[in-house]
Amino acid sequence: MSTLLEVSGVSVSFDGFKAINNLTFQINDAEMRAVIGPNGAGKTTFMDIITGKTRPDSGSVLWGEKSVSLLSMSESRIAQEGIGRKFQRPTVFEDQSVADNLMLALKKERGPLSVLGFRPSTTDGEKVVDLAEQIGLATALHRKSGELSHGQKQWLEIGMLLAQEPRLLLVDEPAAGMTPAEREHTTELLVEAAKTRAVVVVEHDMEFVRRLGCKVTVLHEGSVLAEGSLDHVTSDEKVIEVYLGR
Amino acid sequence: MAAIALSASRRSFVMRYPSVVIFIGVLALFTLGVTILAEGFGIGVISTSFVKTLGKTLCLCLVALAMDLVWGYCGILSLGHMAFFGIGGYAIGMWLMYARTEIIVRESLAAAPLPPTPQEISDGIAGQIFGVVGASEFPPIWAFAHSLPLQLAAVVLVPGLIALVFGWLAFRSRVTGVYLSILTQAMTLALSLYLFQNDSGLRGNNGLSGLQNLPGLSDVPQSTISILFFWASALALGLGYVICAWMVSGKFGSVIRAIRDDEARVRFLGYSVEAYKLFIFTFTAVIAGIAGALYYPQAGIINPAEIAPIASIYLAVWVAIGGRGRLYGAVIGAAFVSLLSTWFTGGQAPDINLGFYTVQWVDWWTILLGLSFVAVTLFAPRGIGGLFDLISERRHPDRNGASLGPDPGALREKEADQ
Ligand SMILES: Nc1ncnc2c1ncn2[C@@H]1O[C@H](COP(=O)(O)OP(=O)(O)OP(=O)(O)O)[C@@H](O)[C@H]1O
Ligand SMILES: [Mg+2]
Repeated sequence: MSTLLEVSGVSVSFDGFKAINNLTFQINDAEMRAVIGPNGAGKTTFMDIITGKTRPDSGSVLWGEKSVSLLSMSESRIAQEGIGRKFQRPTVFEDQSVADNLMLALKKERGPLSVLGFRPSTTDGEKVVDLAEQIGLATALHRKSGELSHGQKQWLEIGMLLAQEPRLLLVDEPAAGMTPAEREHTTELLVEAAKTRAVVVVEHDMEFVRRLGCKVTVLHEGSVLAEGSLDHVTSDEKVIEVYLGR
Repeated sequence: MAAIALSASRRSFVMRYPSVVIFIGVLALFTLGVTILAEGFGIGVISTSFVKTLGKTLCLCLVALAMDLVWGYCGILSLGHMAFFGIGGYAIGMWLMYARTEIIVRESLAAAPLPPTPQEISDGIAGQIFGVVGASEFPPIWAFAHSLPLQLAAVVLVPGLIALVFGWLAFRSRVTGVYLSILTQAMTLALSLYLFQNDSGLRGNNGLSGLQNLPGLSDVPQSTISILFFWASALALGLGYVICAWMVSGKFGSVIRAIRDDEARVRFLGYSVEAYKLFIFTFTAVIAGIAGALYYPQAGIINPAEIAPIASIYLAVWVAIGGRGRLYGAVIGAAFVSLLSTWFTGGQAPDINLGFYTVQWVDWWTILLGLSFVAVTLFAPRGIGGLFDLISERRHPDRNGASLGPDPGALREKEADQ
């Protein structure tokens, strides 16, 4: 397995406050990774850096077999490279239908002129229906996504993420505000996705992380505190002190 | 289930955008009606000047369509689109003025014993056109004024290029919201101040005049010309509507509405937001230029005051009152408000005598308009176009195929709308 993403020595500060401090992180193709850490540990900022939303003060972010740097790319370019992201607060286009949201995310040419001439083919329609079935929104295809419940919006966003067919999925607190049954379904979706692509999941809920059954990275004050299996990190004294022991 | 989705994605353009058929039908009937009632080819019940007012209104509807695309759909509150409209007017006005003056000069020189040299003709035209600003030579900007095709190209290219350069600079630096609006106002102000100068090469505050007289068609009465321009304006509006509706009905429309609602999110889907904004900004500037080129020959005169920042603000007001984010709303708003404005400011509206004070509409109309704008923004953000929703919701509540009963935990469409 080859390294897909390599973040090394990255630091970023906001008005003098070091949100990310000399962070180093690696993930391989078809790997699932959970990132945990207390509030304000820098988990979301870490995703902001990878996706180009925040520019780090120092360090490097290298991507793919050719190890290209992501730091000079725009957000949209990075997304086209194959990095998809789900936000902490679900952000779907509320004014548009579930089908439109999925169609928007479907992996296609992104330029204005090709989009202008785009008309969905039968296969595109089928893909949208498939995705909607996966995320349990098959009966809601034509409803405005603003009408969906919180959990359904989370799923829709996961569906949009899958529709992009990214090589790396960054998923920020996917199970927040979900019922236990919904959480279980979300776990299944993510585990299924991680069979073919790399998935990074940020989550607070230990039960959820346990069910993912993957390597865990613990962030604290902007750097990696511990890394390994869930049992390994939860028995680490530093981790217990800053996170679990509270 | 699959069948529903597929039929939806394959639904034809007309099905997805039914207002196109209705709009074109209404426009065609209106055009026919005016043609029958006007003097040019019909029974002459309505005056030529009123035909011109209606023709101009159609051009304003067209530029409102552009404004709706850029603001209502893409969320860019441009307060500079009437500048592009004016530039289109200037571009066509230069040829109209040049060509007509050339005919006059040639006629007056024909009486001379020797045939005039090209230099004499050129000097004669320049003297006629620029006498008012104390110049007698053609400024470089008039280099192509002799050629109708080149000036027609300028109608499209000059607004397009200005919008492209301006938009590239502004969008690349991620200027958005109020700051972008202020920037477009500044551009508009700079342009109009420049045009006000006598040495701008476009006759300063005199502007270009006599544009209603088409060169070589001096025998054709204005009643006929007015109807020809009315048709051209109706055609342009109809085409503009179809093109805009086609653009917003598909995935492209989905992308620009998404940009309007959350542009950062659109970036993370891999769309270059800047490229889309630039495309829409430039495209709508071109539409505005074309609308202006059709408007000013009907108005007869264009001067820098037409490009003043307030004009672009009015444009935004029309679209807001008509209902932004729906194409017919923009058209209704522009037609309704601009016709009403003509009526009020034309002195036709009866003054209201309150005993202690007489409300004179010429002065009070702007205030009434301002109040209506505030009222619409606060109480009826969907504008006049929102009335159509009331009708269609009452007739058959549209749940877009969702089941009629509420799903657990989900809002229903009506609630979500509120
Ligand atoms: N744009 C910003 N400007 C200033 N400070 C910021 C900014 N973004 C994040 N921070 C700060 O950086 C720190 C890390 O924030 P981040 O959102 O990455 O934490 P998190 O681990 O995602 O926390 P949570 O679990 O609450 O989501 C916080 O203290 C936050 O206040
Ligand atoms: Mg966070």
